[in-house]
Amino acid sequence: MAVLTEEQTLLRDAARTWTQEESPVARFRSLRDSGAPLRFDPAVYAEMAAMGWAGVIIPEAYGGSGFGFLGMGLILEETGRTLTASPLLSSALTAASALMLAGSDEQKQRWLPGIASGATIATLAIDEGAHHRPSHVAMTAMRDGTGYRLSGSKNFVLEGMAANLFVVSARTSGASPDTAGISLFLVEASTPGLGRAPLSLADSRGAANLVFDNVEVGVDALLGTVGDGWAALEGTLDRARAGLAAEMLGAALQAFETTLDYLKTRVQFGQAIGAFQGLQHRAVKMYTDLELARSCVEAALTAIDETDPRVPEYASLAKAKVGDTLHLVTNEMVQMHGGIGMTDAHDAGLYLKRARAAEATYGGQAYHRDRYARINGY
Amino acid sequence: MADGAHHEFEAFAEEARAWLAGNYPAELKSRAAKVDPEAQWGGRPFVDSQDPQVVWMRRMASKGWTAPTWPAAFGGGGLTAEQARILERELTAGGYRAPLASFGLWMLGPVLLEYATEAQKREHLPKIIRGEIRWCQGYSEPGAGSDLASLQTKCDDKGDHWLINGQKIWTSYANKADWCFCLVRTDTSKKHEGISFVLIDMASHGVETRPIKLISGDSPFCETFFTDVKVPKENLVGRVGGGWEIAKRLLQYERQNISGGFGSGGGAGGASGDLGELAKSYIGMDASGAVADGDLRGRITQNKMDFQAFYLTLSRVATEARSNAGSGPSAATSIIKYAAATLAQQRSELMVEVLGHQGLGWEGDAFSSAEKTITRGWLRSKGNSIEGGTSEVNINVVAKRVLGLPDPKVG
Repeated sequence: MAVLTEEQTLLRDAARTWTQEESPVARFRSLRDSGAPLRFDPAVYAEMAAMGWAGVIIPEAYGGSGFGFLGMGLILEETGRTLTASPLLSSALTAASALMLAGSDEQKQRWLPGIASGATIATLAIDEGAHHRPSHVAMTAMRDGTGYRLSGSKNFVLEGMAANLFVVSARTSGASPDTAGISLFLVEASTPGLGRAPLSLADSRGAANLVFDNVEVGVDALLGTVGDGWAALEGTLDRARAGLAAEMLGAALQAFETTLDYLKTRVQFGQAIGAFQGLQHRAVKMYTDLELARSCVEAALTAIDETDPRVPEYASLAKAKVGDTLHLVTNEMVQMHGGIGMTDAHDAGLYLKRARAAEATYGGQAYHRDRYARINGY
Repeated sequence: MADGAHHEFEAFAEEARAWLAGNYPAELKSRAAKVDPEAQWGGRPFVDSQDPQVVWMRRMASKGWTAPTWPAAFGGGGLTAEQARILERELTAGGYRAPLASFGLWMLGPVLLEYATEAQKREHLPKIIRGEIRWCQGYSEPGAGSDLASLQTKCDDKGDHWLINGQKIWTSYANKADWCFCLVRTDTSKKHEGISFVLIDMASHGVETRPIKLISGDSPFCETFFTDVKVPKENLVGRVGGGWEIAKRLLQYERQNISGGFGSGGGAGGASGDLGELAKSYIGMDASGAVADGDLRGRITQNKMDFQAFYLTLSRVATEARSNAGSGPSAATSIIKYAAATLAQQRSELMVEVLGHQGLGWEGDAFSSAEKTITRGWLRSKGNSIEGGTSEVNINVVAKRVLGLPDPKVG
């Protein structure tokens, strides 16, 4: 654990207390079983926002607290532990980052205070295929009269059914997968021609596929400069990756601790199964990976706060390392629990399903290993 | 930090900077400086040497800065931990050579400070600080590896002296050392409580050493034989039968050093060089600028990422240790040695694989010395998960102490 300031410690403790008491895994389970349409409880998100969590990275001038990414990571680690479902990552971190990195003052004034208060839910709509490949943008934005006309589709849009605002990548020139020619647009969910359909996902989180059929937006919808959206998109994604990595670290820690408890209490052959060396060594492997993963997550979040030029490298490192670790820990969680781990009644399955969805989001391990190699010139 | 304290540290940094600059032998400033490679280890052969490395060692020792935090009463620097960090920083920043490499400094000294009598400290600590005595470690035996406490080297009480008989193995530099700190058995009826910690002059009658050749070639390791070696009574440290506690304490210092020694060079004997750069030159790139072998490139990246995660963890653990001074090292330190060994071995394997046929040379001009170093380093790296406690034992200890998993039932 990084050395925290007094305020960061208070924030972390508050997040831990609230998630453990108000949002335990059982609450996520009952949300899933209730079939709630948005896949999160708006009242719960309002509670989180009331504690100031949705404004942690947003500057005070725009209604936030400007507390930084390490602070946001502390909250996400705790919500990750209990699988708390909310738009905290997609809206308060990711979409807010896009506005902070590329927005004009008017755009920030218009949208950031609502995101910080939780009243507005914003999200990225960037992926078009089965894999996260953000430069593969086929959606077009044609200059037309007073604005632009957007046509194409976006898939796997997190909180896509709940969102009032989408940050959309579209091509104003060039061809996929060129990075030049990609522009970012702010598109309100109510805009005519924009259709959305909910996805039912294994991890029971909210997501949607979007179809843009000649969606008209004004020039004020352009986020940043035309054709030059790639840098802001990458910057936004790296913040999202670091934040998601913190959430994944929390999920991995909880999956590990639950499994470790089971190793100490489950008795077979007259002894706790945790006495068997075959399981002990696998437990230490997980513990080792968790310690290494934590260092990567904290380095990525700190690099963002310190505007360190190594943010892209650290974000890919963190996403890949935590992805591998969460993958391993959730598989071991099922295996070490044996038959009970296969039942829906046990939490192991919830962590396993969340793990794979989180791994794929904003680029899986293979994507980030390739990216890391390119950043390092080989 | 209070302003006053801050000024004090600044003043110390300036003083150190000036002293180092003024006392560093001019001959050492050149990269091509002619220095006896053994000189840095000091010892009896170098007591009157004019080798510039030894001159540097002596000057640093005169300030006590070969052992910055040891008490000034024994010739140490008497510095606070913060001052020692500043000195370390100045040494690194100035590109100065380490004044002294020494098992006495890294391993023996700290336990002498903790367990030795005043007379023993006065006898041995100053010579360690001045680099006058080179020490070796007599722990492992042919029948006592991971189960070190089963050691059998006998130490009989002969009234006015101890009599030592037995064999040690993996004694690094025993053939070059002046003295040996050694675990011996003073009582055969008890396992751990029958072990004592004695200091043996290697010039004593009955001591013999033989170097060990490894799969990677020549090595500093030796077998050491003790045949009716007489040792003065005052050379036993701590109480009779109290050696195991000292041994464990000393191993902690040793493990810190082995872990610390895993730089990007890939561990003891490992070769240096960036895997990505090596792959570019030995394999080539595709049109997109990626190493042409996608499978190997992926595995290289995995290892490079893990190494970066490892270094970030080292620095995190160090930062945490500074901020929780007093509450002990963080639990993450327990996995450092195991993680370092695993990563260094993977890296060594990858380097040989990247070199292809050029990674298979043993001797001769068909292979560059860098290539041969990689090949030998790969073989040597197999020892990383064995020396200083095997990875398996390391993992057993973490399972029990850190994770709180129960001991297996025996029988």
